[in-house]
Amino acid sequence: MSLLNLVLLLPLLGFLACLFLPKKNLGLIRMFTLLVSLAIFVVSLGLTAPFLDKGNGTWFVTDVPWIQSPEIRYHVGLDGLSVWLVLLTTLLTPISVLVSWNYIAKRPKEFYAFLLLLEFGLMGVFVAWDLFLFYVFWEICLVPMYFLIGVWGHERRIYAAVKFFLYTMAGSVLMLAAIIFLYVKGNTFDYINLLELLQSGRLALTSQEQLLLFLAFFVAFAIKVPLFPLHTWLPDAHVEAPTAGSIMLAAVMLKMGTYGIVRFCLPMFPNAARECAPWIVALALIGIVYGALVALVQPNMKKLVAYSSVSHLGFVVLGAFSFNQNGLDGAVYQMLSHGISTGALFMLVGFLYERTHSLEIKDYGGVSTPAPWLSTVFLITTLASVGLPLLCNFVGEFLVLQGSAAVNIYWTAFAALGVILSAGYMLWLYQRTFMGEATDELKHHMPDIGARELAASIPLIILMVWMGTYTKTFLPSISAANARILEQSKTRVEMRVQATAGESVHVR
Amino acid sequence: MQDQQLWLIPALPLVGFLINGLLGRRFPKALVNVVALGSVLFSFAWVLKTFNALGGLETAHVERYFSWIQSGSLDIGFDLSVDRLTAVMLLVVTGIGSLIHIYATGYMSHEGGYYRFFAYLNLFMFFMLTLVLGNNFLVMFVGWEGVGLCSYLLIGFYTLKKSAGDAAKKAFIVNRIGDFGFALAMFLMVVNFGSLDFQKVFAAVKPMPVEQTAGLLTAIALLLFVGATGKSAQVPLYVWLPDAMEGPTPVSALIHAATMVTAGVYMTARSAVIFQHSPMAMDVVAIVGVITAVMAATIGITQFDIKKVFAYSTVSQLGYMFIACGVGAFSAGIYHVVTHAFFKALLFLGAGSVIHALGGEQDLRHMGGLWKKIPITFGVLACAWVAISGVPPFAGFYSKDEILLAAHHHAPWMYWVGVVTAGMTAFYVSRAIFMCFFGDYRGHHHPHESPVSMWGPLAVLALLSLAGGMYFKVPHYLEPMFPAAEGHHDETLVMISVAAGLLGIGIAALLYVVRPGLPDTIAAAFGPVYKLVYNKYFVDEIYDAAIVNPLVGTSRSFLWRVMDAGIIDGIVNGTGFAAKTIGGGLRLLQSGNIRSYAAWVTAGCVLVLLAIGVVAGGVR
Repeated sequence: MSLLNLVLLLPLLGFLACLFLPKKNLGLIRMFTLLVSLAIFVVSLGLTAPFLDKGNGTWFVTDVPWIQSPEIRYHVGLDGLSVWLVLLTTLLTPISVLVSWNYIAKRPKEFYAFLLLLEFGLMGVFVAWDLFLFYVFWEICLVPMYFLIGVWGHERRIYAAVKFFLYTMAGSVLMLAAIIFLYVKGNTFDYINLLELLQSGRLALTSQEQLLLFLAFFVAFAIKVPLFPLHTWLPDAHVEAPTAGSIMLAAVMLKMGTYGIVRFCLPMFPNAARECAPWIVALALIGIVYGALVALVQPNMKKLVAYSSVSHLGFVVLGAFSFNQNGLDGAVYQMLSHGISTGALFMLVGFLYERTHSLEIKDYGGVSTPAPWLSTVFLITTLASVGLPLLCNFVGEFLVLQGSAAVNIYWTAFAALGVILSAGYMLWLYQRTFMGEATDELKHHMPDIGARELAASIPLIILMVWMGTYTKTFLPSISAANARILEQSKTRVEMRVQATAGESVHVR
Repeated sequence: MQDQQLWLIPALPLVGFLINGLLGRRFPKALVNVVALGSVLFSFAWVLKTFNALGGLETAHVERYFSWIQSGSLDIGFDLSVDRLTAVMLLVVTGIGSLIHIYATGYMSHEGGYYRFFAYLNLFMFFMLTLVLGNNFLVMFVGWEGVGLCSYLLIGFYTLKKSAGDAAKKAFIVNRIGDFGFALAMFLMVVNFGSLDFQKVFAAVKPMPVEQTAGLLTAIALLLFVGATGKSAQVPLYVWLPDAMEGPTPVSALIHAATMVTAGVYMTARSAVIFQHSPMAMDVVAIVGVITAVMAATIGITQFDIKKVFAYSTVSQLGYMFIACGVGAFSAGIYHVVTHAFFKALLFLGAGSVIHALGGEQDLRHMGGLWKKIPITFGVLACAWVAISGVPPFAGFYSKDEILLAAHHHAPWMYWVGVVTAGMTAFYVSRAIFMCFFGDYRGHHHPHESPVSMWGPLAVLALLSLAGGMYFKVPHYLEPMFPAAEGHHDETLVMISVAAGLLGIGIAALLYVVRPGLPDTIAAAFGPVYKLVYNKYFVDEIYDAAIVNPLVGTSRSFLWRVMDAGIIDGIVNGTGFAAKTIGGGLRLLQSGNIRSYAAWVTAGCVLVLLAIGVVAGGVR
């Protein structure tokens, strides 16, 4: 069994085992989940070996039949695009367990089981090379997240959970239809086969078909990203979700959308993608500035961070639709950086919430006096989030903006406004929360960061610096995967040119 | 050439930062001092050692470490280099930096968060040295943003004060606006030249024709200059610097007078090749410099907070440096960076000594007659005073002289405006000195002289302020990089500018020593004008009313409440409501029979497929 299958299997086994634990024994349940998720993380480190060594290629491929008719295969594999997203998932799961340690008292067994199921689904999305399998994983992710929000959330959790579910379902139904349509035409669900059929022209799509298929996939992904104006489920979901839910949602789940765009939309339907690019870029640009402006005026911390995600993920979409190496590399790097920095932000907001039971910024102020280390960690995360050089987000944002500048410098100028505004809303948040004089009551409820919280924070802080300085660990494999995707999304542009040339010959 | 381990120069203060930042809370003050001072002094020593080994530095010495960002054909490395321009900046940063670190051990000795202060100060040194050592624009940008961060941290050092937090945030955001320009300039460079390496970019620019109408190089130069206006506090982005005086005084001296704020001048001089290809951009630089110099000087005349006077003075002097760059006299601009670092650091540290002596008093109206009580402080401040006033043969005279002559050569009107500003400069500094040290003491606190750790560095700076201009012939040293402008030395022009300075001192003496009642009468006579200037032309208020408030207001009341919560979410919830209503009708279909559900799902899928087929022209 390849290492990838093991990494994929472990959370599923963990999930099943968790269901059989005694439901009253909170200590056992959380310790079990922590150890399982840590073990998965350690094993998953092995997945990086070929990428650190060679930098490119597809590894750990398993391709066996799953269902005979219609032919659906268990086809999984890793390339430079997936591997770091898988690692992001396996890293953030134990961190989510740590932050839920005391926070989750209600029905802990189900909670931790769902967390492992979520890990399973998320990883599956990133490694599936069969469209149907991909869809199955995609839908698996919905279920645990729905319950995490709906059962362990705050007051309006039901509204938020239903909204989240319906929004996403609306998109994925379209995607399912598109997947079935491709199967009908190409007689395969296999991504690699489909790609080859599409590229060789053996599966010929009219431009209108291609456009509709592209849109069906794209809308499903865009909702997940979320791209303006499909974003309104996100602030509600975040505000209501428990801390662990917010972390997994922001850090990993949103990346399902951006991953899908890069993996499927660009190489499978390149012509349609290019045709739609100006519109999509326009939405991304609006999202960047709009998200930042709305974040600026949020009285609720989680909403603020949620809107900042809308802004940050606009960069990812912008980079992807720049159709060049820098833009695409930046987009993927930004996915990872955003996962680290925004995951950390939600975690830290969760720490504050656990102390005071408030998410309203006005209830804070002067936290740095009683909790200097907590505020230091928050500050570093803030700086990463606003794109300070030598921290992770800078690299992604720089490359995205560089990529878009090669297409249109005005796009870049507009998007860079978001970078200015990010300093505005994040530093204002920091000032209102951590600076100034603390009330006695706040001081009383504000112990400094504890050992468990520190254990959850330090890996993220290290990664912020690592990803900001020594990009050689991550960027070469990402670049190699992106180069291939770019190549795939180019060939058929030439094909079309050839085809039209051929037609014109024919006419003559 | 042999490897000089240039990376050690910034890395040493970084180590100091890490040690003090992580462990300093438990350290005794003496140990914090050893770490903080030791790292900076070692860095200074390494700079000297490097120069000793590299000799004349006729060409740049480049060291490449590892690739930072590599994507496609773009490859940006952590590369450092030293040439003569860097050398000058390195000496100023590490030299003045060391002195100010020593001073701060005395000044901050009674403050809480002692280790935190020195950790930040060391971090600043790391970024500032990275800024001047970087061999490409992106590494320079690392330092550029990094010093901005440290400035943010140190302005907001007194975290309990809301005004400090506001000032810190303002500084960071206004600088970000400038950085926006810097970043766009970099993107244009990569798109057009494929690199950010100084050597490659400048080699690509050199053969290009000088742009008579606005073109690519004009755009790049102007965008870079937008960055410079932010960092170096020029119109219209100067507003953060006066507020930055909320930080402890050693910070004001090091970051907001001697080093960081001159980064914009350094960057402009570094990119001289690009600027020289665009006369239009050069004119913009010079004119912005002139406007800033005059405007800030007028405000400086009316302020009563001693640090604010010197802050506006800094803005004004930075304007001078940009005049120099704009008229093509880059080496004169850097010359002024150096001399200004001497006397302005001294002015601030001297002011700090006064504030220290008076237990925190900063208002000139509550000082007076202090020369007897704190004579050493008075003595060193007097040195800075004559230096900034342009009295020959002290430091400020030389660099200001160079700038004014170059300005005259370029456009005589700039010279004359510069002369008037020189007069105003001498006037407001003299005013501050007279109000502080002469007349009768108007305060209540019992003044005491500062400890030797404070006045020791002041004495060194005093010496530099007096003799530094004469001794360090910066333009001569930089000649291989910036050839001296033709233009002969005109004695008359020099005499006029010196006279303007002396006149400024004389008028100040008349108003504040001989006839102390007169300033109020004059202020009253010029009522509305005085009010306008005293309130800094209401620029902050205008920015708030024109930009900040509308932005926040629109975001809150329109974008969020109406657009997001109202329209977009309204549509979503409306759809949900409609679906629920329709679903109520369709409830009849719900039989509870799983097989019938399955049938419906299948039917639905078929329907969607058919729809796609129909729209897309049928399934083939």
